[in-house]
Amino acid sequence: MEVDELMCLPRLPRVAVCGGTHGNELSGVYLVRELLKVEKKAVEEEEEPVSVMIVLSNPRATQQCHRYVDTDLNRCFTHATLNGPISDTDPYEIIRSRELNALLGPKGSRQAVDLVCDLHNTTANMGMCFITYSDCDWICLHIFRHLQKEIPDIPMRFIHFDVSNKESYSLDSVGKHGFAMEIGPQPHGVVRSNIYTAMKGGVQHMLDWVRLFNSGAIFRGGFVDVFTMVKHIDYPRDSVTHNITAAIHPHLQDRDFCLLHPDDPLFQTFSGETLRYKGKEPLYPFFINECAYYEKGIALSLARKRRVMIPSIRVETEQEQQANHQQYSSEDEN
Amino acid sequence: MEPVSFPPLSSIAICGGTHGNELTGVYLVREMQKQKVDKIGSVSISTVLSNPRAVDVCRRYTETDLNRCFTDALLSSPITDSTPYEVKRAQELNAQLGPKGSEKAVDMLIDLHNTTSNMGLCLIFYTVDYLNLQIFKYIQSKMPSVPVRAMQLEIPLSDAYSLDALGKHSFSIEVGPQPNGVLRADIFNIVKEAVDHTIAWLQEFNSGSTFEAGEVEAFTVVKSVDYPRDPVTGEISAAIHPQLQDNDFKLLKPGDPVFLSFSGETVKHEGEELYPLFVNECAYYEKKIAFHLAQKRTFKFPSIRMKKD
Repeated sequence: MEVDELMCLPRLPRVAVCGGTHGNELSGVYLVRELLKVEKKAVEEEEEPVSVMIVLSNPRATQQCHRYVDTDLNRCFTHATLNGPISDTDPYEIIRSRELNALLGPKGSRQAVDLVCDLHNTTANMGMCFITYSDCDWICLHIFRHLQKEIPDIPMRFIHFDVSNKESYSLDSVGKHGFAMEIGPQPHGVVRSNIYTAMKGGVQHMLDWVRLFNSGAIFRGGFVDVFTMVKHIDYPRDSVTHNITAAIHPHLQDRDFCLLHPDDPLFQTFSGETLRYKGKEPLYPFFINECAYYEKGIALSLARKRRVMIPSIRVETEQEQQANHQQYSSEDEN
Repeated sequence: MEPVSFPPLSSIAICGGTHGNELTGVYLVREMQKQKVDKIGSVSISTVLSNPRAVDVCRRYTETDLNRCFTDALLSSPITDSTPYEVKRAQELNAQLGPKGSEKAVDMLIDLHNTTSNMGLCLIFYTVDYLNLQIFKYIQSKMPSVPVRAMQLEIPLSDAYSLDALGKHSFSIEVGPQPNGVLRADIFNIVKEAVDHTIAWLQEFNSGSTFEAGEVEAFTVVKSVDYPRDPVTGEISAAIHPQLQDNDFKLLKPGDPVFLSFSGETVKHEGEELYPLFVNECAYYEKKIAFHLAQKRTFKFPSIRMKKD
């Protein structure tokens, strides 16, 4: 593919902005509440090139200011969970994931919203990150590039989890396109003004991009550095109690996305001993010391970085859309 | 000031996990228990995991804040089926480490806490106690690369509600910033060092050393400020302003910004010049405290040594 090649992609008429998927990640909670307040006032606006749904994903967890009530909502969006048998004793979040799938999906269908932006916070020093399942979703990659340009004073990275559509488990996988906007560091249960403002700006610029895209603007291609998750490393643990026996080493703490080399310090035990990275390949650490991951057995995640070339894109015209539709229909007939 | 002497300080309790998600104390106590630390020189040491149930679920508390359950009233309230776990636990701890105000109480109690606020290493005292002031000065002198400060809450013993009210002499060690449910190695190292210095000081004291007279600055809390809230929902409508965030102990003047609303408006400080503490502490949202305001005062203390019979 040439950098000059121009790819035409379908319009994005419906966007969903979701916050409080984890009830104690407060920037998204307060931003969604603020956007809902503003939305009430802006009902009589002139015709918008995009309709925006604002959603508080996990109201019960938000009300309690906990990550979840019964189970992590952001692991409840696999096809299997969404379409599995329904029972009276289902955990709250499974019931809720099905409600959200009906509202924003169904996942995988033509009725699904075009873009889901799911707002998250992390205790890790990650700046602003996009987290997606694809490294070739040009919509998400172009939105990312747009935000990098519009918000240059915030470190921004694009993280890719190489998980198939069948296995994808998070809320952002319900839309035709989707990504999590993850911003840190912020303690859970706390809202930091600078983090809130960054998230507000990120969402605003994302919506501006969608409006520009739908209105026919051409977005030039180029290169994006993509971090693809390779593996996780757990804390060393006591074999009997399963309690952690070391903390992230002070030299690694807060150094998300700084290359970790073989033999670099990883952990410091409570008696002061240093444990070192035993891998053979230098990798990029992220989600270093994320609070919610202690129970998932993850002290840090590791990624490879590579440069991805993205094409120039613009929205399909109506004729192009009809031509494509006819092509699909005739393919269906055959 | 006349020199003052105190009886030997031979028993100390080090408590962690009074709030189950403030992890430094949890892991330091567990480590000391693993190393079977029970005596260092002249000092016998009890290590206590204050709220085991809250620690198990990594929450501040299960039913009610344990660190508000040590008032005289709650310590003597009758136990029924509906008594919250933490009230019962407070009475157990009072039997083990107290009774509060009695001769049998442990000589010194140190309660380990974390805060999401940028408070560095902060000792919290309830009474002006020359011993505590001497230890504060000692820790300050031994840890010059860490911001070490003291905060005082003036509360009479009968109203004192926190765990450290049980010891004859006590203070809390509050260290931040650390998110709840997270363990940072740098914070762990700071708290461990402060505890080690305290035990070293006690041994020196018990060996008969005289500690010179001096003075220290400490911060006495005078009031608290809540977040602006929506009058209907009660939800906060602003966050701590970026210019105040992380600036604990920096003088706040009238006209300085304190809040930035979610719609972008700035709220300014009105009233006298005071020092903000516990700025944006996670657990205080539900207690309706955005930050405390304190006066800075100088406390003088005499030379002290152990009382010889």
